[in-house]
Amino acid sequence: MQNRNLLSLLLIISATGLALAVNFAPNNIFLGRDVSIRLGLDLQGGIQVLLRSADPDATADEIATAARVIEQRVNALGVGETVVQQAGNNRIIVELPGVANPEQAIETLRGTGRLEFIDSQGQYLAEGTIVRTSSSPNPPQLAESDTVTDVTSLGPIYQSITDGADLDTSAVQPTFSQGGALGSRPAVSFAFRGESAQRLASFTAANVGRPMCIVLDNVVVSCPVINAALTDGSGIIEVSTEADRNRIFNQLKYGALPVPLVIETSRTVTATLGQESVAASITAGIIGLAVVAAFMILFYRGPGVVATVALLIYTIISFAIYRLIPITLTLPGIAGFILSIGLAVDANVLIFARLREEYRRGRDIRSALELGFVESWPAIRDSSVSTLITSIVLFMFGNSFGVSLIKGFALTLGLGIVISLFTAVVVSRTFLRLLLPLFSDERAWWFGVDRRSATPTAQAAS
Amino acid sequence: MEHLVRRRYWWFTFSILVILPGLYMLFLHPLLTTGRFAIGLRPSIDFAGGALWELRFPEIAPENLSTDRIAAAFAAGGFENAQVQLSPTQIDGKAVAAALVRTRPLSESDPNTEIDAVMKALTTEFGNVSRERLESVGPTVSAESTRSAIIAVLGASLIILLYLTWAFRKAPHPVRYGVCAIIAMLHDVLVVLGIAAILGATISLEVDALFLTALLTTLSFSVHDTIVVFDRIRENLLNRHPAETFDDIVNHSLVQTLPRSINAQLTTFFTLTALLLFGGDTIRNFVLMLLIGLISGTYSSIFNAAQLLVVWEHREWRNWFKRGRRDEAAPAV
Repeated sequence: MQNRNLLSLLLIISATGLALAVNFAPNNIFLGRDVSIRLGLDLQGGIQVLLRSADPDATADEIATAARVIEQRVNALGVGETVVQQAGNNRIIVELPGVANPEQAIETLRGTGRLEFIDSQGQYLAEGTIVRTSSSPNPPQLAESDTVTDVTSLGPIYQSITDGADLDTSAVQPTFSQGGALGSRPAVSFAFRGESAQRLASFTAANVGRPMCIVLDNVVVSCPVINAALTDGSGIIEVSTEADRNRIFNQLKYGALPVPLVIETSRTVTATLGQESVAASITAGIIGLAVVAAFMILFYRGPGVVATVALLIYTIISFAIYRLIPITLTLPGIAGFILSIGLAVDANVLIFARLREEYRRGRDIRSALELGFVESWPAIRDSSVSTLITSIVLFMFGNSFGVSLIKGFALTLGLGIVISLFTAVVVSRTFLRLLLPLFSDERAWWFGVDRRSATPTAQAAS
Repeated sequence: MEHLVRRRYWWFTFSILVILPGLYMLFLHPLLTTGRFAIGLRPSIDFAGGALWELRFPEIAPENLSTDRIAAAFAAGGFENAQVQLSPTQIDGKAVAAALVRTRPLSESDPNTEIDAVMKALTTEFGNVSRERLESVGPTVSAESTRSAIIAVLGASLIILLYLTWAFRKAPHPVRYGVCAIIAMLHDVLVVLGIAAILGATISLEVDALFLTALLTTLSFSVHDTIVVFDRIRENLLNRHPAETFDDIVNHSLVQTLPRSINAQLTTFFTLTALLLFGGDTIRNFVLMLLIGLISGTYSSIFNAAQLLVVWEHREWRNWFKRGRRDEAAPAV
């Protein structure tokens, strides 16, 4: 018995020690692993969008390709902890934490990236104009606008010289234009291959001295004058700002999206609001923990102290596991954790109530303690299983349509149930057993037990 | 304390008194006011679709802000019929004007132009305006969420029922335990939904994905508590004294588990209250619903589920309609 207790104690100490090492790892690196706490978008600010293919006939393969392209574009942004994930058959979830202008970033990411050169019939079209082209006569920007009722007012359809195919992405590079009337300006180099290169070469050869418009996703980027034929199908796109250059580069570099995407759902939270939420939940967590500890100690005395220690170990291990897996903490996730503090002591309350009861029935403290654990186990087990079932259902429900809020709650609650089984049963039992030699009838008060106030019902039932 | 079981019809009456107003608001009120069958809950954008804007107005004194002015600015920005709710907040001890605005969803193809138009209209009217949160949910997604929500609630209830029947398979009449636990669970669902309907009509409480989470968690709390009580009844039945009646056993079991029920309830109650008071606005309604569900769950496990076992044991429903109002005086033994 004594050996088993020492073994349990060793297990508890090493588990706690390991958890502490994870929690206080220098630079949040533990055994070469990043163990910093991941905060959800609602806590650190950022945007989450659900993108859907604008074309209902898009295949799952096209969506997968689109998700891959978007992922490459996201990685190029250099923002940490992003998520790009295919959801169901025709949706992609994108999460960007801590971006300065999240809506703009999403616009860039979901830009189809279809680079066209159009024959503008000698006109200079203004930068930013939405145009209809022969390869894309109904751009989504115009099609869904509520204000346009007259179809002819959508404007003429321009002939596309290239339709976005055959772009050699390896030739897409950020660069600067050399000289020219406006001096050195930011630019993106490009090169077409195959048919598109030939068409561009023959068109530019025939139209030297006239303007030709460069259009990206039906928006005019610029209308340069053709100085010389682009015989090899390559050239540069001049823009006025570096931000524009980066946007165009990002959209072209990783290829065009196979299908246009629309934003079905978007959620944006500023970092300010997120920080306020973090501060609020920390306060709530500390107060909740303190009140529960105070209550347990006042009501159960010695065992209450043990329960409080178990609760602290529970908190330490929980956070270590959040860091290791890693689990992204959201506001409901933190609520789930704080709720699980209450549930974690629930098992202790069951055990201690039973211990008191058995002691009042005249058992000695040792068998009362063992009986307290044995007899309360079925209730602890059954109630934990029912909460675990709910967490699993909630998790699957949250997973089905990407409501990460619910998933966060289900995950911390479910994990809390599992971890608290360890701390409330193993930790409390070991500590109480080790404290037993200190027990004597005079010290019964310290153990929160007494024989005087035995209730008639308890006697009747014994 | 010996009267817990004897007074069972008092406890049932109390439950009905709590549930009835909620039921009225849930079903009858929408029928009477609109003439159509509907559920008297206010669905949030998660289930109804739409956009929710959380705005702060650092240059405006809270008392100078009115819902009409904000709605007018939204109309100017292209969002007619915006529902505005003022929610002044404290930042560094200073009152800051803020508002929550609900509109139709943003355009799927070009949301930024719409956002810019609204922000421009707001800035013209109120000076610097910061947009702290913007959520937009399209109609397809909200319809799918509603379907998943219903599946989740039904699925969870079914699995819990199966588990309960299995857990009590060794007790006499295991189905009784399962059914009584489910009735207690339904009681809690009705309490939570009813109060949500009442709060929806009074303080515009909305039913969102988090509300659903609270409801499902209530289910699990409810069953959790019921299991603890039933477990004790099962145990006491196995060690039964010949002289004890079923009523006595249920009563002992309740008295024995009462300290645990109350203490466990209290610890969770404390943590939830801490969250309610200090956890911030975003999850306040969520925590409130959890709290109501928790209290209802504890009540129903002691005062409904266990008492229903006694009712079932005596098959008391045979007497319910025989001699008028004999309920209150129904003999316990």
